[in-house]
Amino acid sequence: MKHLRPLNRKAHRIDQFAAAKQADVVGLQEKRVNPAKLPHIPAGCSIAFFPGWEVDSSGGVAGLCQPMERDLYDCFADCFWPAQVPDHMNNYSDWAKKCAAATQDWRNLDVVFP
Amino acid sequence: MSAATIAPFRAGEFHLFTARGRDFVYLVPSGGIFELTPAARQILDFAQRTDADSEDLIAHLANVGFAELEIEETVTDLIDAGALLAPGTAPEPRIDPPKNFPLQTLVLNLTNQCNLSCKYCYEYGDDKVATPEGKPKFMDTETSRAAIDFYFAESQGTKALHVTFFGGETLMNFPLLKEVVDYATNKAKSEGRFIDFSLTTNATLLTPAIIDFLAANRIGVTVSIDGPPEMNALRVYQNGRGSYDIIAPKIKLLLEKHKTRPIAARVTLTADVTDVLKIFRHLTQDMGFQEVGFAPVTTSENRLYAIGGSKMDSVLEQFKLLAQEYLDAAVEGRHHAFSNVTDTLSELYNGVNKSHPCGAGLGLAAVGPSGDISPCHRFVDSDTHSLGHISTGIDRAKQDDFLHRGHINQKYDCHTCWARPLCAGGCHHEAYVRYGDTGHPNLHYCDWIRDWTDTCLSVFGAISTHNPVFLEKFEKR
Ligand code: SF4
Ligand code: SF4
Repeated sequence: MKHLRPLNRKAHRIDQFAAAKQADVVGLQEKRVNPAKLPHIPAGCSIAFFPGWEVDSSGGVAGLCQPMERDLYDCFADCFWPAQVPDHMNNYSDWAKKCAAATQDWRNLDVVFP
Repeated sequence: MSAATIAPFRAGEFHLFTARGRDFVYLVPSGGIFELTPAARQILDFAQRTDADSEDLIAHLANVGFAELEIEETVTDLIDAGALLAPGTAPEPRIDPPKNFPLQTLVLNLTNQCNLSCKYCYEYGDDKVATPEGKPKFMDTETSRAAIDFYFAESQGTKALHVTFFGGETLMNFPLLKEVVDYATNKAKSEGRFIDFSLTTNATLLTPAIIDFLAANRIGVTVSIDGPPEMNALRVYQNGRGSYDIIAPKIKLLLEKHKTRPIAARVTLTADVTDVLKIFRHLTQDMGFQEVGFAPVTTSENRLYAIGGSKMDSVLEQFKLLAQEYLDAAVEGRHHAFSNVTDTLSELYNGVNKSHPCGAGLGLAAVGPSGDISPCHRFVDSDTHSLGHISTGIDRAKQDDFLHRGHINQKYDCHTCWARPLCAGGCHHEAYVRYGDTGHPNLHYCDWIRDWTDTCLSVFGAISTHNPVFLEKFEKR
């Protein structure tokens, strides 16, 4: 709520309830409430059935999420999820350059310091 | 943008208040508290004054310089908060507390005997509800253990248990108190639960050994005392001798030696004891109490010691001065001993919305020396108000009747009162003494309650603006 500032516990609950009425789970949204406010590029797992956890993106298991870093890589390569991995669309397009095959080269995926 | 984009609405129930130049709203019945932007304040003022429609509202607010978009957004926020109601909003349904509500607190009246004869006492005075004839004067070991067992069962797995010892004069049965602490502590330990204790006393029987025991077992102590010597004229022994000189040195010792829990003073205000500031200074500065709480005596109207209207006004003015002091302290993060404010802030912080004024007969029960169960300590030994016996458990029909009559929905006079989320009609015992019915709203003090609640709201608003961290301690209460 922009025009009311919640001050006690009950007010915070009312505020959360009101916020929940406005927002929706972005990836599964049926209609975009306000495209200008929510720039969202659904390119991955939540918009379509996108393998990556059960089978890899080619339908096999070679590129499956093992080791753990494979998860991150999948988010990077096929999904836009900048909160968890460096975003390859704008700032870190080279992040996976040294990682040709995730199952072998995953150690080359490093953290970034924005 | 046209007026049509503003959702239609009517005023909900709320109370507007200000603190240090800012605007706030207290929502009824939810108990939510919000700070308002100037537009929100204007809209609520407008909605309260008139049932004009949204076009009028826009015209009115545009005049004072608000943009339509801001008005539109603000109305939406106010509807979401429940301050404004969309057309056709149904009234809140009646919600009863769940059946077999677990007991949270047990009061054990260890004895109905007292070594003082305070003139205004609800247990012995003119307005007493107790009928102790033919009942035991002191609780025995067997009854106390059965009461604790009853409490453990009725608390249904509640992790944190709380037992309060009461009287009569509690310390007249100190040997049993020790036994109960021992028994209940071991029982709690064996069940992996936590238990703590507190007691109320007139302090006449305190000894160094008793004080050591209370400190070692972290037993909270509330002392009934009405202020400096001249204010204690009604707190006398049977032969009329005053009690102040006896208790003053004992209280000093108690405050020196017992540091494991805050020690509180509880003042009963009567016709000649209304000098709140003087009493407060004496009890805090001269004696050293960390908490001081005040309550006007419970009495029917015509008693000599009943407080008249103009004296209650003076009490309110003095409460307001102390509340201001409290606020200044809170803003600087310091403790202030005026517990009437602390208690209300805690309820405001948590946004209570009470179905009943207190836990009596719900989460709270008292057991007297005879093993009778009552809604709270003030109804102990009263046949009319008994809710069963520990040998047979709570009489659910009687409990239902007590809770039904005490429910806010039964108190029609309260239904348009903005203070009802906190007050809920006030003390059942006071209602019985005044009106002969525990379910009657205490209409003799409504203006007072609303004025005082408004004061506490302002304190809350100012603290939440200037030192919100201070309020976090209420999270756990
Ligand atoms: S008793 Fe009076 S102050 Fe309390 S809720 Fe009822 S009407 Fe309001
Ligand atoms: S009925 Fe009155 S005295 Fe008893 S617990 Fe409730 S408020 Fe206190």
